[in-house]
Amino acid sequence: MMEDWANLALDTAVARGATYADVRVIDLRQRELSTKNGQVGTLVESESLGLGVRVVANGAWGFASTDRLTKQGIEKCAAEAVAIARASALAKLHDVVLAPEQTYVDTWQSPFVRDPFRIPVDRQIGLLLEADAEMRKVAGVTIAETGMVFRRLEQWFASTSGSRIHQLKMQSGAGIVASSFAEDELQKRSYPNSFGGQHALRGYELVEELDLVGNARRVAEEAVALHTAPQCPEGVRTILLDSSQMGLQIHESIGHPIELDRVLGMEANFAGTSFLTLEKLNKLRYASDHVTVVADARLEHGPGLGTFGYDDEGVPAQSTDIIRDGRFKGYLTNRETAASVGEKRSNGTMRAESWNRLPIIRMTNISLLPGSWKLDDLIADTDDGIYMETNRSWSIDDRRYHFQFGTEIGWEIKGGKKTRMLKNPSYSGITTEFWNSCDAICSRDYWTLWGTPNCGKGQPMQTMGTGHGASPARFRNVRVGIAFSR
Amino acid sequence: MAPRKATKRTAKKAAARKPARKSAPKAAVRAAGAASAARYVVPRAEFERIVERILKFSRAEETEVAVDATTDALTRFANNTIHQNVAEQGISVSVRAVVDGRTARASTNKTDDESLARVARAAEDLARLQPPSKNLLPMLGRQKYEPVRRFYPATGAATPQDRARAVKRVVDLAAGREQIAAGIFSTGVSQTSLATSSGLFACHEQTRAEFSVTFLDGDSSGWAKANFGDISLIDPDALAESASRKARESRQPTEIPAGRYTVILEPPAVLDLVGFLFYDFAATAVDDKRSCFTGRIGKKIFGENITIWDDVYNPLQAGPPFDGEGVPRQKVLLVDRGVPKNLVYARGTAKRLKAKPTGHGLSLPNEWGEAPLNLVFAGGKTSTEEMIASTEKGILVTRFWYIREVDPYQKILTGMTRDGTFLVENGKVTGAVKNFRFNQSMIEMLASVEALGPAVRAAGEESFEMVVPAMKVRNFHFSEVTKF
Repeated sequence: MMEDWANLALDTAVARGATYADVRVIDLRQRELSTKNGQVGTLVESESLGLGVRVVANGAWGFASTDRLTKQGIEKCAAEAVAIARASALAKLHDVVLAPEQTYVDTWQSPFVRDPFRIPVDRQIGLLLEADAEMRKVAGVTIAETGMVFRRLEQWFASTSGSRIHQLKMQSGAGIVASSFAEDELQKRSYPNSFGGQHALRGYELVEELDLVGNARRVAEEAVALHTAPQCPEGVRTILLDSSQMGLQIHESIGHPIELDRVLGMEANFAGTSFLTLEKLNKLRYASDHVTVVADARLEHGPGLGTFGYDDEGVPAQSTDIIRDGRFKGYLTNRETAASVGEKRSNGTMRAESWNRLPIIRMTNISLLPGSWKLDDLIADTDDGIYMETNRSWSIDDRRYHFQFGTEIGWEIKGGKKTRMLKNPSYSGITTEFWNSCDAICSRDYWTLWGTPNCGKGQPMQTMGTGHGASPARFRNVRVGIAFSR
Repeated sequence: MAPRKATKRTAKKAAARKPARKSAPKAAVRAAGAASAARYVVPRAEFERIVERILKFSRAEETEVAVDATTDALTRFANNTIHQNVAEQGISVSVRAVVDGRTARASTNKTDDESLARVARAAEDLARLQPPSKNLLPMLGRQKYEPVRRFYPATGAATPQDRARAVKRVVDLAAGREQIAAGIFSTGVSQTSLATSSGLFACHEQTRAEFSVTFLDGDSSGWAKANFGDISLIDPDALAESASRKARESRQPTEIPAGRYTVILEPPAVLDLVGFLFYDFAATAVDDKRSCFTGRIGKKIFGENITIWDDVYNPLQAGPPFDGEGVPRQKVLLVDRGVPKNLVYARGTAKRLKAKPTGHGLSLPNEWGEAPLNLVFAGGKTSTEEMIASTEKGILVTRFWYIREVDPYQKILTGMTRDGTFLVENGKVTGAVKNFRFNQSMIEMLASVEALGPAVRAAGEESFEMVVPAMKVRNFHFSEVTKF
């Protein structure tokens, strides 16, 4: 039936004058659960089925979507996409040109062991309430919060080029947070990460592996202990970042600036542009020699939120060098932007939030390849530094030069030893200066492919999951503490 | 941008589920073309049919049905051409069931009988699988609502051609001045209804039109944005003219040192900062001790010139006159001449804290309680020009960007200036400056406001639309400078 709907939309679009069209039919199912202080908060299941048609007519783009999946509803939607494209042509400078791509007839599914939708809800709630209770056993905890989210997304893609691609993605996520308010100060600790914890293209086995209950007491104790910890000092210091904070550092200061739509000005009104202008490709020393970053959507990279078989314009998942030994080597492209800069082919990064959104360039898994250090050795090698864990605040300018991050907790390193806890750690810098100050990266043993589930981009806004593999790393001469400077 | 807290995905609607910071209005809008003359996305009779069917299928002790229908269209331009142009229509049917003191929600966008029966059953099944809820109250029966006018047929009737023609004028203006324009023009219609097995039936329709434009001029940029229910209040040409002028005047910015400056914040800049306060006014947030007003209610923490209401009935506001449970929204005085006075309460929160509900509850079940979604600040009489003229040395800020909370209790926010940051010296704008990062406590800022402009409906990118004035603020903390 899904294929019939897609074919009907394509046929209608062509009959109305489209020179190219593609259709995505998406069936989305989601479950969200949360608790707060021993009570169930959110308990929601939702489903959404719909279809989006993207067309080129009169040399310009149009897109329409609908959940009225009748013959009349689909024909109207496809006709509307063509009418919109014709309106786009009223303010057109040149015709849309797409880089060539083969056609594919294929099916792809993300592997998972345990279907989270087959796990009884009461069991899932029971686990969350157990972790919630464990956090509240620690005196001083004022809010204990837990949550799980599961998404099952089945998609049929069809294009007038002849591609017919079926994909099924299962996504799971879970995490806990302990907050403590005392004496005009609110501190918190999250596990295994902020942003709702860890998220991956996996089944319920991810949740079971996280051991939320086993980590609940530790994060609660740390949240309370932060009140009596000294303030992170202000100054220029050596810092070590844990792998989750590295993930967000990569996301903000590498992942976004390499989006070619930003570079070409297409996001200028909202998300912004990028300092990585075209002449910098293959020339800019983005980072130190230690740093190699790839954009890898293939399953062999891991089950990240940026992993898939094909992107949303039918281009197969690929691995692209972004930074190789510190040198800037590549952008994230789609078929249109690849053609506009003379690339032979898109590197496959087009994704849409759901059936009612237009695919746009999105990060896949933007990952820092591991180095060779053991974390203990790296700390032992650091005479005077601060180790920062778990993101708490994040901000960067609209060209992606200047950033500032805060983390939930810090640890002073003195004479090669992790010593006292520090509260309110923060650091700031200029992207290329910061990455060029990286002098050590931990090994594969410390590498995690983090899922960032809430990346916002586009107008209308789309929220997308991205993946970021990273291990802890060290940076020299970084400004710290400015966020709390008076 | 990047990871965002749940945001203004439908300023009101998303927040109805969870206090979101903002996301693009998920809106409702009418896709263009032949069907654009129709008044609503879904006829009232269809809403009633869906509600009737769900109530018939449900075997729960109590049942609540929320139906939302939207059409939305957005024309997007960059590099002086339309590069994306989209339309969507959709419906959501959401069912909350109460079984033996337990409640849960399930939703679908399928409206055939089989799907409606299935979603009703799913809500019941989910409810049965959880522990009893402590503060669950019986669902509301019939209510009376004060009417609000939020539906403008001309907005609903806007076509892709209408939007494209306006965009064409704007990009032609840019090309003629050797500038580059980027932006959006969107229009939409949304309908929402809420019914319960106890007899409540509430309906609301509204339209939305938004135009936002950025002009790029070499290494500089300028920006302007407007958002109204009535499309006739949107003037794309005037907004483009303003963005163009700011871009031109921002050329060749000089770098001046970071530090504390007097700032003149235009309304979008004010909005995107003070918008971060909205959830702090929730009684649940104060009770949880995560509000910056914890322990500060009744104390004078802001200046005498700061008064804030939540008022859905203000003509510059949007949204329905009822909350997520169907309680009529009340106008609430939140801050009175610098003193936080009142909070907003959902029904359950009010019962727990022995207060009265104010009509600000979010859809159940949720852990957030309530939130004021229609903030209105008292304005003043000082024009932006007068603020500039009275400033010996300061910074004029068009807008802020990528604002995030650094400290929730001192309410320290960080972010960047963007698209038009100017130096004011001896009462005049003397040139553009490179963009700053700020780290600024909102409590300190609202205690340091020297002058207020008239309150207007402001549109930004970090908070949903509110009614706020321009402000002149002393000792605003710019902590670092970026490269442009």
